[in-house]
Amino acid sequence: MTPPAGSLLSAEQLRKAYGPTLALDGAEFSIHPGEVVAVMGPSGSGKSTLLHCLAGIVPPDSGTITYNGRELSAMGDSERSALRRSDFGFVFQFGQLVPELTCVENVALPLRLNGTSRKEAERAALTWMERLEVDDLRKKRPGEVSGGQGQRVAVARSLVTSPRVLFADEPTGALDSLNGERVMELLTDAARSTNAAVVLVTHEARVAAYSDREIVVRDGRSRDMERVV
Amino acid sequence: MSVRRGHLPRERGRAWRRTADLALGVRFALTGGREGWTRALLTAVGVGLGVALLLLTTAIPNALQVRHERESARNDFTFSQERPPRADDTLVVANVGTDFREDSVRGRALEPEGPRAPLPPGLEKFPAEGEMVVSPALKRLLESDSGALLRERLPDRIVGTIGESGLIGSGELAFYQGADGLAPLIDGGRVTRIDRFGDTDPGEQESDPVLLLLVLVVFVVLLMPVAVFIAAAVRFGGERRDRRLAALRLVGSDSHMTRRIAAGEALAGAVLGLVFGAGFFMVGRQLAGTAEVFDISVFPSYLNPSPLLALLVAVAVPAAAVLVTLFALRGVVIEPLGVVRSGRPARRRLWWRLLLPLAGLALLYPMVGNGRENGDFNQYMVTGGVVLLLVGVTALLPWVVETVVARLGSGGVAWQLAVRRLQMSSGTAARMVNGIAVAVAGAIALQMLFAGVDGDYTKSTGQDLTRAQMEISLPADVPVSPAAERLRDTEGVNTVYDYSEGYLGDARLDPENTTMMTVGDCASLREIARIGSCADGDVFAVHGAEWDGGVDMAKLSAAGRKLYLDPSYEGSPKSREIPWTVPAGVKAAEPSRGLLAGIDRGGFLLTPKAMAAALAPGLTGHAYLRLDESVPDVRDYVRNTTAAIHPLADPMTWSSTERTDRFDAIRTGLLVGAACVLALIGASLLVSQLEQLRERKKLLSALVAFGTRRRTLSLSVLWQTAIPITLGLLLASVVGLTLGAVLLKMTATPVRVDWTGVLSMTGIGAAVVLAVTLCSLPPLLRLMRPEGLRTE
Amino acid sequence: MSIGHTLLGLLESGPRHGYDLKRAFDEKFGHDRPLHYGQVYSTMSRLLKNGLVVVDGIEAGDGPERKRYAITDAGITDVQQWLATPEKPEPYLQSTLYTKVVLALLTHRDAADILDTQRSEHLRGMRILTDRKRKGDLADQLICDHALFHLEADLRWLELTAARLDKLREAVAR
Repeated sequence: MTPPAGSLLSAEQLRKAYGPTLALDGAEFSIHPGEVVAVMGPSGSGKSTLLHCLAGIVPPDSGTITYNGRELSAMGDSERSALRRSDFGFVFQFGQLVPELTCVENVALPLRLNGTSRKEAERAALTWMERLEVDDLRKKRPGEVSGGQGQRVAVARSLVTSPRVLFADEPTGALDSLNGERVMELLTDAARSTNAAVVLVTHEARVAAYSDREIVVRDGRSRDMERVV
Repeated sequence: MSVRRGHLPRERGRAWRRTADLALGVRFALTGGREGWTRALLTAVGVGLGVALLLLTTAIPNALQVRHERESARNDFTFSQERPPRADDTLVVANVGTDFREDSVRGRALEPEGPRAPLPPGLEKFPAEGEMVVSPALKRLLESDSGALLRERLPDRIVGTIGESGLIGSGELAFYQGADGLAPLIDGGRVTRIDRFGDTDPGEQESDPVLLLLVLVVFVVLLMPVAVFIAAAVRFGGERRDRRLAALRLVGSDSHMTRRIAAGEALAGAVLGLVFGAGFFMVGRQLAGTAEVFDISVFPSYLNPSPLLALLVAVAVPAAAVLVTLFALRGVVIEPLGVVRSGRPARRRLWWRLLLPLAGLALLYPMVGNGRENGDFNQYMVTGGVVLLLVGVTALLPWVVETVVARLGSGGVAWQLAVRRLQMSSGTAARMVNGIAVAVAGAIALQMLFAGVDGDYTKSTGQDLTRAQMEISLPADVPVSPAAERLRDTEGVNTVYDYSEGYLGDARLDPENTTMMTVGDCASLREIARIGSCADGDVFAVHGAEWDGGVDMAKLSAAGRKLYLDPSYEGSPKSREIPWTVPAGVKAAEPSRGLLAGIDRGGFLLTPKAMAAALAPGLTGHAYLRLDESVPDVRDYVRNTTAAIHPLADPMTWSSTERTDRFDAIRTGLLVGAACVLALIGASLLVSQLEQLRERKKLLSALVAFGTRRRTLSLSVLWQTAIPITLGLLLASVVGLTLGAVLLKMTATPVRVDWTGVLSMTGIGAAVVLAVTLCSLPPLLRLMRPEGLRTE
Repeated sequence: MSIGHTLLGLLESGPRHGYDLKRAFDEKFGHDRPLHYGQVYSTMSRLLKNGLVVVDGIEAGDGPERKRYAITDAGITDVQQWLATPEKPEPYLQSTLYTKVVLALLTHRDAADILDTQRSEHLRGMRILTDRKRKGDLADQLICDHALFHLEADLRWLELTAARLDKLREAVAR
């Protein structure tokens, strides 16, 4: 199977085992620029592993991942790390903000990892924090802000490098519904405005409802619902 | 259980419950999985080292006392003028001690004069002529290949070993040999007659105050980091413990119970530490039997701590551990749903932290300039002062770290991460390096003190090593020329200058003016004075020698003046009083600092033909040897030749400095000890580092996910340890140098900074940081693997 | 829910008498509302007329209950189509969805497929609602939220059911 035309990131026949457990068993995936795709499925089905493989965090045991015409699965660790720094953004459920750094420093971190100067990085960070309505928290540390605020800071951080693909793994998992929806609105709005693709791993239908389409992962196999129906 | 408790009297019930809480704590300490064990073990090792050191400290006075008693029990040369007449209970003893390489060998030749002659301690019977009894250490040496040269010198048959009661240390080299015909040689110096061993008047032991100061400081310096370490060790895994306690609160234990449980945990580690300590002490005691410090070795049996002090240690250490734990819990409120640190701690204040080291300095200051002459140092003031100064490091360091870290500016991402982390919890960081800082401060001070005192002990002897490296003194009646010939034939001897020397007086009895008579050939004489033309038969008089200060040589050397060789003195046995008339034609000579150890030679210089045969009994032979240093063991070849010439001939090795290598050994020992303490602290650093890393597992994985380089995170871990340790080492250097300077001033030694010491100690400290970082890298890299993201 | 499809589905495992069908239906699906026998009779004759079932045999005796029905290929296709078609996301779909899942299990079809299809359909609805909500005023938001929460409840039930499919399979097989 060749990647669908115009897709930014696609994967074929992904297999990944953690010890005896087979996390992915022939999963497929594809996403276009500006598209929001929800990855759904019961816990333990392999949806997080799919995200980790797609993002180049974990190399798959077999299968190919193509990003923007380059084969991600053939890259070395440092090349993938560089790609993650420059082209990808990440939002996780917990533990992603560095507790010692202030919020603005946290948001600026990915830019600084790319070698941007501190001043410039923090200025860009502040712009994104304004867009996510958390610019008043710039001097606070993550321990001093609420969960919803923290998650918005995390979204700001994921977007600060203007990534082409945003990976969000249960981004609202730790939030109540109101905060969760606000974060989803801001996240998808921001992503659409920059034409970034969003890979959204979630088990919540209301979160998935912010996507354009969903794929379901079950027992390590993916199912693209759009193609089936 | 609850039913039974209902029947118990209330008080007993409460006590029972308290014990149960403690027991629960003990169980937590011992069954906390691998981590729990590691923590308990490290605590125990730390406490154990402390206990062992404490026990050794309490045992040392006892050991020195025993040594002193043994030493005086075998004393034979009392240097008293009284000599018992020959009887059936007398013994003639000759000091036939020798040196082998760098060690001195205590040797005595024994000639019993009757059946009731006193037997020296440690001997069962007198060795016959041609036999000897040796100490175990000497026996080992003689039987080894490296002792072959010494065996040549001591060829007697070994018929037994000296018992422990006759030796002052396990490493002492000593022998007793049988002898005959010693009586005529009795001079009170090297040969004497005694009717018993032991000091008739032992007197107070003269201890060197500086030496005592050294010992005191060594122990304080070694104990302090261990104490700091114990304090830190009982806090190991504190956060995890607090969380566990919070969980206990949730199921219904009250705050007092949690405190008791925590106390129980600390107690378990401390008690385990006591057991370890006893073990370490036993091992250390045996090791002490094989070690030599300051040329002092001891038998393990000397090292028995007084029971009272040992008991005190056994009670004080666990009590201290519990107190530290409770103290650490003071600022923490353990609630059922988590741990609340009581507010943001107030900004650290400087003034009381400065007070500690200043108080320490104040305690030490009055003793500045005491030196060796002004009696002992006040032990309590010394200990108190040193302890306060070192504790000052632990008090100042948190303030320094907080203040400096708060001002640290921008840098790379790794730097930023580390600095921000330190700003959040500078107290933890400071606590981690406190031990290292104290150890390094103490060690630097000690190194300085050693180096300074070392310089003191190794003052130049004034002997000019370029002219001669050994001097042989022959007993009276041994002609010098044949002896000199034999020495010339010895391997490794380049040149031998030989002289016969004696004392001249201007009267038979109690002369007013005395000077020396030296006989030697022209070449030899030129080595000790500036003489003009010289032919055999000439006599010279040296004018203006320092040695002859106050003696009018012009008057003494007037032709026809009658002088007496070896004059007598009132109260001592009659000497030889050989008359000598100053001949006509005495040439004048000028003194020169030549061969003779920086002393100029005065008096009369005679060439061999100018010496009348009658003078010979009044002169003793001396030979000065120039050696070929490239021949290994050349000095011992000379000693062997000397021993063959006459058993009482005395070979002396010249050196420009003394004791250097012995102090080197101590410094090496100190370095090793400090390194061990630092390694232990490093291990604890590693444990807390790993604990911290594991708590940040998710964060690390997230950071890796968005592309953080491993190098960045590794560097940040390095900075995180390196910054506080650098600050700690800087502070330690300052305090260490101050303490060292004060101690040197106390010993009235010129203050000289021992930069090698400072560098080596800070170097070791830095190496520990590096090692800790390196050791925490593999787990860090493992934690950074993206699998860490999976647990959600 | 469709009684015709349910009865057809029950026939897939083998020919049955009308009375057997009623009993099986009551047992598996009719918990509080047992099927009236007349309903079975009329439904079966409709299915017979549409060619989805055939009469497999008639035992001697009186009464229509003696007729044995068997499913035809057209009938199997019909069941298949029904199962594969997601229900319109509406509140209170449980009974229909439940029936579909159990029937799929009984007929050894992939019940998870039914759930996935249904979820997809629900999500389609939810996306529309979410979109309307984002563009609308507060009143729109509240109305949409109400609908969204109901749909979400359905889906959650679906997920839960999916997670319990193995247990359900055992229960159904008994």
